[in-house]
Amino acid sequence: MYVAVKGGERAIENAHRLLAHERRGDRDVPELSLAQIAEQLSLGVDRVMTEGSLYDRELAALAIKQARGDLIEAIFLVRAFRATLPRFGATDPVNTGEMQVRRRISSTFKDIPGGQILGPTFDYTHRLLDPRLADGFVPEQPETSDVTQAATPRVTDILGRDGLIEPSPAADADAPVGDLTREPLSFPADRDLRLQNLARADEGFLLALGYSSQRGYGRNHPFAGEIRFGEVEVEFFAEDAGFVVPLGSIELTECQMVNQFKGSATEAPCFTRGYGLAFGQSERKTMSMALVDRSLRARELGEEVIAPAQDEEFVMSHSDNVQATGFVEHLKLPHYVDFQSELGLLRKLRQEFAEANEAPDMQEAAE
Amino acid sequence: MNAPAYNFAYLDEQTKRMIRRAILKAIAIPGYQVPFASREMPMPYGWGTGGVQVTAAILGPQDVLKVIDQGSDDTTNAISIRKFFGKTAGVATTTSTTDATVIQTRHRIPEAPLHAGQVLVYQVPIPEPLRFLEPRETETRRMHALGEYGLMHVKLYEDIARFGHIATSYAYPVKVNARYVMDPSPTPKFDNPKMDNCPALQLFGAGREKRIYAIPPHTDVVSLDFEDHPFTRYRFDAPCALCGAGDSYLDEIVTDDKGSRMFVCSDTDYCESRQLAGHRGSESAPPHKERAHG
Amino acid sequence: MTTVAELPAGFADKVLSAQSTFRSVMDAMARPGSVQRVTASVGAPAGMMRGAAAIALTLFDHDTPIWLDAAMSATPDVAKWLKFHTSAPVVADSSIASFALVGDAKNLPALDRFAFGSNEYPDRSTTLILHAESLTQGPNFEMRGPGIDGTALLQAMLQPRDLFQRLTINEALFPRGIDVVLVHDDLIVAIPRTTRLVASGA
Repeated sequence: MYVAVKGGERAIENAHRLLAHERRGDRDVPELSLAQIAEQLSLGVDRVMTEGSLYDRELAALAIKQARGDLIEAIFLVRAFRATLPRFGATDPVNTGEMQVRRRISSTFKDIPGGQILGPTFDYTHRLLDPRLADGFVPEQPETSDVTQAATPRVTDILGRDGLIEPSPAADADAPVGDLTREPLSFPADRDLRLQNLARADEGFLLALGYSSQRGYGRNHPFAGEIRFGEVEVEFFAEDAGFVVPLGSIELTECQMVNQFKGSATEAPCFTRGYGLAFGQSERKTMSMALVDRSLRARELGEEVIAPAQDEEFVMSHSDNVQATGFVEHLKLPHYVDFQSELGLLRKLRQEFAEANEAPDMQEAAE
Repeated sequence: MNAPAYNFAYLDEQTKRMIRRAILKAIAIPGYQVPFASREMPMPYGWGTGGVQVTAAILGPQDVLKVIDQGSDDTTNAISIRKFFGKTAGVATTTSTTDATVIQTRHRIPEAPLHAGQVLVYQVPIPEPLRFLEPRETETRRMHALGEYGLMHVKLYEDIARFGHIATSYAYPVKVNARYVMDPSPTPKFDNPKMDNCPALQLFGAGREKRIYAIPPHTDVVSLDFEDHPFTRYRFDAPCALCGAGDSYLDEIVTDDKGSRMFVCSDTDYCESRQLAGHRGSESAPPHKERAHG
Repeated sequence: MTTVAELPAGFADKVLSAQSTFRSVMDAMARPGSVQRVTASVGAPAGMMRGAAAIALTLFDHDTPIWLDAAMSATPDVAKWLKFHTSAPVVADSSIASFALVGDAKNLPALDRFAFGSNEYPDRSTTLILHAESLTQGPNFEMRGPGIDGTALLQAMLQPRDLFQRLTINEALFPRGIDVVLVHDDLIVAIPRTTRLVASGA
């Protein structure tokens, strides 16, 4: 006698209880606080805010804790929460030219107004595991200097003054900004939607695509014109009140790539741009994003689309890690009935194959 | 902290309006995939987010909801989705196909005939029937616009040339109202004829791919085939080991590692209803012992 | 002048009224020719029937441009009420409207003044919401098409009198086309673009 499998509801509840237990780990070890995550795993928090499209350090830290450090799971938690939030409107564009810069480097000029500022970076650290960090290490206080009022103009603006780089497209205040979380995507997609897609895109996916463009799959000769990280003011124009309301400041990383030039009989040659922007300090992300943004401008710049990084439908349809992980992992769900249908067909085909191959032998034997 | 507060059936009203408008267009243009601004749901893409959004947009307090996965009310994902609506909409739920007003399904159409007034909501992973032949949305959209489906027939014909049969056993493409070629979601082709002239409204939701489509009641739905290779249903040739049904789609249960297997209804409500009505199969528990196990 | 405070109310219960109204419209669209009732209690501005007001509150928002016919825009009441309750933009160009509200159906403009959608995106079309004199009495209209088991019979007093004749363009245009929702008081009937008139008469 056979009894059908039952009790799925109890199984789910027990699995979730076990998950909560595993998340907590050894109960003799002190529990992580959200402040600890936000302060000491801050680059993970930055990534979750960027790909989760929500600037909230505390919620991102909570998501990382709840996700047991699985950042894609944490991004998913933040996205699902974000989808339920009411919208009051769009802020004015932030001005990264007036960023309170904490790090700022250019690989195109040795010195620039405002200077090169290394800031907090892994660059030039020797990647030697530091055993002192294992237990109670108190780092030195950082060096300080007086606040300078020196302006730090964007390198691309300096190039732009001489017309050496294409102008940054001016924002059309009346044109609505696309939002692929509110409108279904259709192709071809404009650059605003492409950049939004890339900002939310999986860092690893963009890294690989950007890398592939460097290795010749749609090469576009990039220079890191400038990478800057720091704080910018966010302002909202309140239509009812008729004035601008400051909302506070956020940390951003911006990367402007300077790429191979374009030009024609009627247009003087000039460098082209690739753009990357992310919450917090996310340099790998913004550099990869800038490379892929430039690759995706192939159609607009009259370049032949030959490589994956230049193919907007390919890139935009596969860049989102929440979508990708959902669909890959859905293969865990039962597929009994479609598999059964395939089994039935395969058995039939094999049977026919066997019969067809037996038949000549039998004929021979009969002869 | 920004503590979340959720609306009836989870979705906010603006999202519901957007989905409702898409549903109306989908009904008016049978088989056409209406793009919609699918939201990020609190469950993974590929696990029924499209079906859940459609269900959330139509569900009301007077509805009775049934959720099945692989034909069963008791598979973990079906339970999870049913609980989601129990929690966010407080609707009554049932396992009875006949009693339900809204049925959300993954991979099966119930065996019991559906009736007028019911809505069957399918979870769809890849809504585009031409996707595996042409990966580009821009191209497939053009083919649908022109009603140009030669590519699909070539594919089916190549199957016949190679295998002697159309080698598609699930997600078997259909033509709706003599116009649009449509993916029925990964249901076994056994279920295809149930879509034709069905008294219930059939709605299809694909969350990750952001498409909604529909078959109104009493609409012609034809499985694609050739005159010399007509569409056939497939069902393992055995009665259900629990209820003895000879007309239901069967799950194959492997019972040991020596090649033994048995076949039971994939539609658990159908199977249990038949057993309650006194039908028995080869592996049924004798009635008096069954109670002890309940 | 009407002030916001004097505007007729919308739905008593926004969430559940919109849900029940949507189900009536969905049933109407899924069963062309069948008469459905809007049960939600709803306020409506002068010149707009209750059923039309309920549909507006259920389906309109800032993403749906609305076109109003001369009867609906005779006084600013309807536009004001729509703006207050739905935030939907009222547009003068009927060819970009998601919905058209027609109070004086007798003077319905030619259908090609509305959006039919494209062959790639046939969903980008205008849905007409027409006031009808009666949806229970009047000449017979026998219809067939998806959603109908055999044929459906509607008895209605419709304007314009040649409405179904005009809608025959749906046959040639398909999948492009115009979907119509007829409203009388709290009753609604839908005629989607797939519905064909078989016979009519007194």
